[in-house]
Amino acid sequence: MESLGLLLLGFKVLLTWKTLALMMVGLTLGIFVGVLPGLGGPNGVAILLPLTFTMDPTSAIVMLSCIYWGALFGGAITSILFNIPGEAWSVATTFDGYPMAQQGKAAEALTAAFTSSFIGSLVAVLLITFLAPRIADFALKFGPPEFFAVYLLTFCSFVGLGKEDKHKTIISMALGLLLAGIGMDTVSGQLRMTFGSAELMRGVNFLVAVIGLFGISEILLTMEESLSLRGHAAKISLSVVLRVWKSLPKYWATLLRSSVIGCWLGITPGGAIAASFMGYNLAKRFSKDKESFGKGRIEGVFAPETAAHASGTAALLPMLALGIPGSGTAAILLGGLMVWGLNPGPLLFVEHKEFVWGLIASMYLGNIVGLVMVLSTVPFFAAVLRVPFAAIAPMIVVSCAIGAFAIQNAMFDIWLMLGFGVLGYVFKKISIPLAPLTLALVLGSRAEDAFRLSMIGAEGDLRVFWSNSLVGTITTLAFVLLFWPWIARAFALAARIVAPRTAR
Amino acid sequence: MSAPVPETPPQGADRPAAQLRTVEVITLAVVLAFSALLMWDNWRTGIGWESTGPMPGYFPFYVALICAGASVYGLVRELFFPPDAGEPFVMRSQLKRVLQVFLPTLAFVPITQVLGIYVAAFLLIAGFMIWVGHIKAWKSMLTAYLFALVMFLTFEVAFDVIMPKGPLERMLGY
Repeated sequence: MESLGLLLLGFKVLLTWKTLALMMVGLTLGIFVGVLPGLGGPNGVAILLPLTFTMDPTSAIVMLSCIYWGALFGGAITSILFNIPGEAWSVATTFDGYPMAQQGKAAEALTAAFTSSFIGSLVAVLLITFLAPRIADFALKFGPPEFFAVYLLTFCSFVGLGKEDKHKTIISMALGLLLAGIGMDTVSGQLRMTFGSAELMRGVNFLVAVIGLFGISEILLTMEESLSLRGHAAKISLSVVLRVWKSLPKYWATLLRSSVIGCWLGITPGGAIAASFMGYNLAKRFSKDKESFGKGRIEGVFAPETAAHASGTAALLPMLALGIPGSGTAAILLGGLMVWGLNPGPLLFVEHKEFVWGLIASMYLGNIVGLVMVLSTVPFFAAVLRVPFAAIAPMIVVSCAIGAFAIQNAMFDIWLMLGFGVLGYVFKKISIPLAPLTLALVLGSRAEDAFRLSMIGAEGDLRVFWSNSLVGTITTLAFVLLFWPWIARAFALAARIVAPRTAR
Repeated sequence: MSAPVPETPPQGADRPAAQLRTVEVITLAVVLAFSALLMWDNWRTGIGWESTGPMPGYFPFYVALICAGASVYGLVRELFFPPDAGEPFVMRSQLKRVLQVFLPTLAFVPITQVLGIYVAAFLLIAGFMIWVGHIKAWKSMLTAYLFALVMFLTFEVAFDVIMPKGPLERMLGY
């Protein structure tokens, strides 16, 4: 049980007054950001990242991950009380959460949402605690070809498993890779794609792009909808909390099923949204009383929330162990790690033990403290939603600008952020997904380096990606995922041809 | 037999400012042009192989090629085999609201350059609240002032993050 000892070390790193205070600040900011429609996990983390630039990496990551937990909790308040999903994966929560609020059971719905978020994250954190070190240990054997194969696998799974049009996913990803390549080439030191501009020599900063793509574009989209917020009031009393908790054992199967789905899909890139819907649909399918779903059934809140949060948390596993983020927010946290000069990936577990285990310990503590905080402060945060959007919109714009500027102290970056804001707005409306772009932007130069180093090692022979069983398996799997829709169709066709014969 | 439904919308109704398909075609064309530009630039940098492996332009060149291919596919599909017919991209009233927030933001950037980010933030928030939100002037100015002050105390004083500053901050000795 080496993991447990290291986890204790992590708690020791964490348990100072300064870190605990930062946790509380992070959670408060996070809930705040999560509650506001038009912001949410990735945007909030991206905008608040500059606050952490002057901190040491451990305090910074603890605060950031607490912002993330807070945002996850806060999103549930908006979905249940106001029927506005703060994030795509909160959509399934509104199906039964909002009807419950309409029936005057808002407190039960909120307690159920927070509790199931907590359970989902906890299962995923346990998974991270025991699995991440193993994976990292295994990945220490990886050379450039293996790493490139893993990056390829990530990219291909986005294209093959994504629900959007394939060409749109490819465009989004290719644009991300291209933008990541602008500026100084890391291998040869040569400048490329700068067109003689001094501003572009620095390259396109990942965080500037994210603030524009998510923050600014969300403001534009929210303005377009002209939301008039009308929500239900809620105050959670201890007796309601206890009553909901007492009913928990009855739903153990739903909770367990959703946790497993969440963990599994979270490790696969881009799975959190799918996880919440799958959790909801499976709970409905296995229920004896299918009709009551969508009309305010508490199980309909438990199922998607547990799955969404398990997957949101599990998405941090590949980020820590392999340096590959499983979600947009994980990608932004990864961008943060690089700002502090840490190189995410298997070596992190060896070289920065305190940092990694401090982060994992903060996931446990942040979750517990977050649960208590959010249960006791719901009325206050629900009141935040009654602040007119005309006051909130310009404040978010200013926060975005501050965030974009602070990263490299460059005025040009604020312009760039605005450009990305418009790009994000248009892309969302013509359904070009933004997650592949984000992922490619953060992984682009690492993927290219891995590719070129493997090519140098193999003297330009592409067969290096099938040179041993490990890299060969990963590369083949990548192609299987890339062509998955066709393969699945072929299987279905084959089954139809075989089936009539066996049926007789 | 029911009465025929009038085809034209009533007077003064919201009209689309742009069609979804039009915007999609324009976007794909821009992406195609952008990829072509980058292909050309990377070809100039060198897309071949040298003794130390692929040249700097190799990787981005082929990524741009893939991007161009995907946008050509999208363009052909949208132009000749459109999957959906005539959905609006944005309605006029929606576009008006979007511009209400976008144009002030656009003005905010040069003002930041001259007056510093805190003064510009005050102007943006107060102005937006008064003219777009129709909120009482004193409430708007007070909110904007408090927000700018909190930002200043957080970034400048507590966290030492340097922001663009203008004449007002210089006068106050920062």
